[in-house]
Amino acid sequence: MSSVVVRDYIIPANDFTIAGDASSNVRKILSQIGVAPDIVKRTSIAMYEAEINAVIHGNGGQAHVEIDENKIVIIISDQGPGIADLELAMQEGYSTAPDSIREMGFGAGMGLSNIKKNSDILEIKTAVNEGTTVYITVFFK
Amino acid sequence: MYSERRNMKIPEIAEIIKAEICTKNYDPTIEIYSACSADLMSDVMAFSKSNALLLTGLINPQVIRTAEMMDIKAVIFARGKKPLESMIEMAEEKGIVLMATDYPLFVASGKLYKNGIHGRGE
Ligand SMILES: Nc1ncnc2c1ncn2[C@@H]1O[C@H](COP(=O)(O)OP(=O)(O)O)[C@@H](O)[C@H]1O
Ligand SMILES: [Mg+2]
Repeated sequence: MSSVVVRDYIIPANDFTIAGDASSNVRKILSQIGVAPDIVKRTSIAMYEAEINAVIHGNGGQAHVEIDENKIVIIISDQGPGIADLELAMQEGYSTAPDSIREMGFGAGMGLSNIKKNSDILEIKTAVNEGTTVYITVFFK
Repeated sequence: MYSERRNMKIPEIAEIIKAEICTKNYDPTIEIYSACSADLMSDVMAFSKSNALLLTGLINPQVIRTAEMMDIKAVIFARGKKPLESMIEMAEEKGIVLMATDYPLFVASGKLYKNGIHGRGE
């Protein structure tokens, strides 16, 4: 099946004014093509949390998005420190974010679980000192 | 002394917590069903109710971003914090109402709860 929309975004490191721009743009596209509001919301939450993680933990990275008539696939990757214990990182409340990040409103340790709850398929590939890639799929029906 | 859960419109909310409405041209017919008070944005994103209001002590562009992702209709900044002009512009663009109150977060939340906006909406 051919993709109807393909987009690529750069996610700059430590820039909190533009963090979320990619998610905001994808959200607009989904609304414009008539995806149901609750699906737009689930996709937005999952992508935004992954985008923020790339900013605060991964030294920035990139997003690749493919949308066809049935689903959206979002791939967010970074070349940062990677996650040593993914099972631990997935636990609600677990965070290595410093206080400076928590003062900005992030670092609740809920990001990965919010991504899992809001995506239909989630796959995370990560290696210490190599980086992290998060694959999120949300079906439209 | 406590009101049954009910929906509320922006002007009434502003009156109850003596808030200044910072954004222009908002829709006075928007109905708020539920509310969430938080300073950590992932806690907000773990909360999924429609037509919600966010009360927060945090003030930065990511609050507006989070509200956008969550379809949150209005954000109240507590304890006298005022949004920057750039945040107001961003919110207006996204159709989100911004309000600022001098009450601390706990008191602002309590006043709204007492008047009928509960955490659980439709
Ligand atoms: N892209 C990433 N690169 C490196 N570490 C990450 C990445 N994403 C998540 N982590 C690790 O997993 C932990 C939990 O992530 P998350 O649930 O999003 O919570 P938070 O971002 O609030 O810390 C982070 O504190 C961090 O240690
Ligand atoms: Mg996170």
